[in-house]
Amino acid sequence: MLFENPKVIKIKKNYTRFIKLTKFANSKRKNMLKYLNEFGKYFMLMGKVLRKPDKAIIFKQQLVLEIDKIGLDSLGIVVIISIFMGGVVAIQTAFNIDSPWYPLYAVGFTVRQSVILEFSPTIVSLILAGKVGSRIASEIGTMRVTEQIDALDIMGVNSANYLILPKIIAAVVINPILITISMFLGIFGGWLACTLTRLVLSAHYVYGVQLDFRGYDVFYALIKTVVFAFIITSVSSFKGYYVDGGSLEVGQASTKAVVFSSILIIIFNLILTQMLLS
Amino acid sequence: MIEVINVYKSFGDLEVLKNINTSFEPGKMNLIIGQSGSGKTVLMKSIVGLHSIDRGNILYDGRDFANMSFKEKNIIRKELGMLFQGAALFDSFTVEGNVMFPLSMFSDMTREEKIERVNFCLKRVNLENVNHLYPSEISGGMKKRVAIARAIAMNPKYLFCDEPNSGLDPLTSIVIDNLISEITKEYNITTIVNTHDMNSVIEVGDKIAFIYRGQLWWEGNNEEILHTNNKEVNEFVYATELLKKLKK
Repeated sequence: MLFENPKVIKIKKNYTRFIKLTKFANSKRKNMLKYLNEFGKYFMLMGKVLRKPDKAIIFKQQLVLEIDKIGLDSLGIVVIISIFMGGVVAIQTAFNIDSPWYPLYAVGFTVRQSVILEFSPTIVSLILAGKVGSRIASEIGTMRVTEQIDALDIMGVNSANYLILPKIIAAVVINPILITISMFLGIFGGWLACTLTRLVLSAHYVYGVQLDFRGYDVFYALIKTVVFAFIITSVSSFKGYYVDGGSLEVGQASTKAVVFSSILIIIFNLILTQMLLS
Repeated sequence: MIEVINVYKSFGDLEVLKNINTSFEPGKMNLIIGQSGSGKTVLMKSIVGLHSIDRGNILYDGRDFANMSFKEKNIIRKELGMLFQGAALFDSFTVEGNVMFPLSMFSDMTREEKIERVNFCLKRVNLENVNHLYPSEISGGMKKRVAIARAIAMNPKYLFCDEPNSGLDPLTSIVIDNLISEITKEYNITTIVNTHDMNSVIEVGDKIAFIYRGQLWWEGNNEEILHTNNKEVNEFVYATELLKKLKK
């Protein structure tokens, strides 16, 4: 029979493989186009956001409100995380110093460097991406699905500028302050852990903290913080602004906002570290 | 006056509006009616500029809105008021804050003048002593009235209402319909109401445009719609058993 012919079977197999490959390539192409489209939409939105506000006094009111929501509301979590983070770094470092040749003030030095260079700017920003990012995406997303954004547009208000710009400016201003507080508290947490557990003497710890201090490290950390603040607020706002559907989609947008912000923070952390420290 | 000329709109391959030609006069209740999915909401959103149209013209007193720049559109938008299906009040503002919002954005009034105007608008929609309540603290009918107050705060020349009666009981629906009708006649506003509520059609429909499968199928007033021979319009108007019996 014709179908039992091995040549025919081989041709059929190759054809099936070809179809599968074509489908795979098409799906990848569609995904690529989808991401490019998202990328373009993000920059177009930023074009609408980064404009002069319609009315300065309204913008100032919104800015103060956002500083309160983004900054002061996050202070509690930043304080708790920073103290415990510093404490854990101090204890782990102290336990890992086995050799008597290592001076104990290395604990203070390590805590300071870890907290200033990485833990405060990156880890706290990742936590803020979860807290602030999900709030922004769900707030703007809910406004979209309940037609509040349409209402703004109908009135002739630049809704993107009115809703998003105060959030971005507030985060860019307040996050470096939060991170600076986090740095102090992280180092303080390390001191607290060392003195309470008596692993390192207070004087040794303080000496280590002060040893070979470079102001540029703080500058580098604050530059990272500003970039991360922009990422958290702009990406979350973007995800919320283009929600289409109902409460389910608002929830999904909120999750996506946190995931995308976190991934971008990690990628930009690497890029900025390479650019500023190498 | 608003004129809609040869308007086409599609989403992908789906053609939602096909060659719509009509006009809406000031001081009249202009109703757009039709079944769900017929394209009436798309038509209204196209008229106000929330959707861009594929072809055609939309004229606001002779000004071609569809083909204007963003800045020029914003000038006309300040002459628009819109009542959304779900009221679309800003959750974070009080009733007073909601009505005051367009005044704060686009006028140079002092705070006292703005409060005076807010109180006037709220009184006009029969709402008093609710200034400091939030939208979550008031009923659906009150929300609609606050939304009307916000829409008329800037003395609009054009008023758009997207299904103003949805989710309201029949008595409150009549109150809202009459309120919109009174405001329209009092201030000589060009009002367009998107509805599928037959009570509204019969009570206040000075001009009715029936949309069927994306086309303007029939036009007339609230008297003519009850006696038309148009099959699709009759099916829509006399959809319920009660109305069928009444017709007989």
